[in-house]
Amino acid sequence: MAKSITQEFVKGLWDEIPPFRLVLGLCPVLAVTKSVENGLGMGVAVVFVLVCSNILVSLLRNIIPSKVRIACFIVIIATFVIVVELLMQAYTYALFLKLGIFIPLIVVNCVLLGRAEAFAYKNGVVASIADGFGIGVGFTLSLASIGALREVFGSGTFLGMSVFGPSYQPFTFMVEAPGAFVCLGLMLCMMNLAGNK
Amino acid sequence: MGDYILLAISCVLVNNILLAQYLGCCPFMGTSKKMETAIGMGMAVIFVLVMAGAITWLIEAYVLKPFNLEYLRTIAFILVIASLVQFVEMFLRKSIPALYKGLGIFLPLITTNCAVMGVCLININEEYTFVQSLVTSFSYATGFGLALVLFAGVRERILLARVPKPLEDTAIGLVTAGMLSLAFFAFKGMV
Repeated sequence: MAKSITQEFVKGLWDEIPPFRLVLGLCPVLAVTKSVENGLGMGVAVVFVLVCSNILVSLLRNIIPSKVRIACFIVIIATFVIVVELLMQAYTYALFLKLGIFIPLIVVNCVLLGRAEAFAYKNGVVASIADGFGIGVGFTLSLASIGALREVFGSGTFLGMSVFGPSYQPFTFMVEAPGAFVCLGLMLCMMNLAGNK
Repeated sequence: MGDYILLAISCVLVNNILLAQYLGCCPFMGTSKKMETAIGMGMAVIFVLVMAGAITWLIEAYVLKPFNLEYLRTIAFILVIASLVQFVEMFLRKSIPALYKGLGIFLPLITTNCAVMGVCLININEEYTFVQSLVTSFSYATGFGLALVLFAGVRERILLARVPKPLEDTAIGLVTAGMLSLAFFAFKGMV
């Protein structure tokens, strides 16, 4: 446990970046990355839930009996998901409509449960915040980069601004379901290439 | 009756839960390496999803709606699904040991399968009736099983092929899933 707070934070950005290094939480990655905006919105929601649930799990780690810990984690995560859902409904309604059922589905995102079980249950509050924030930011970055790739080629825009000009014929394959799988597969391949140098 | 058949076809093929709506991808990548595990997972999902669909619909209609507790839907559904899975596991172990052995390790995994939770939420969002919910739950689950078994078949063949090193395992799996999804894409516009 000699690792510094910075190290806990940084590992989420490259060494353990979900969904590339830890192949967890694939569903939102595929579903909400049609555009950068959606990806970022989802990412921020996940960061919020992850940091809050990590704090609470780590505070309660001596009280929660280990036999029922998974059920406790799920209840904690679900509570924060509801908070996020209501907040988004109130302040970013357009994004809330676009993300649709994927906001309540953050509950079953394995990244959250995975971090609660693997990290927050065994570590102190400050380290857990750093871990949750790092993994969350890593998750957001991956969502945004896949979103960028798909939006630029699939609709020829970036954050709604035109990239290639009006004569560009959008490669719609990228924004549809098959494109999502292929795109993620190829990015995973790139990560492997870069990591094996 | 015709409506129900149409609904079923649209859920199994056109809006396939895995390949068109991206729900349940984690178990999809995890359990599709062997045909046997794929079949086991598919069966377990069909079994649990139909029950979860029915129970969550009843809870929504008779508990959450009358008391204006819709904002608790997420937490209520996940608890129902988690306890249902546990209950089904205990029931099967006592009464149908053969089936329990077959489904065995896949049952607990279903709690975190977003396909189950997703379909329950879709049923509520689309305001389906009870019977319609049963039909959609069953057909979405069948679609999940179908895609899983097809994909496992492809993946067993990939094991024999020579794959470039950086593409190995999950990466090639995702690209293949993309191809399979493209095939299912052809059903778009059928219903």
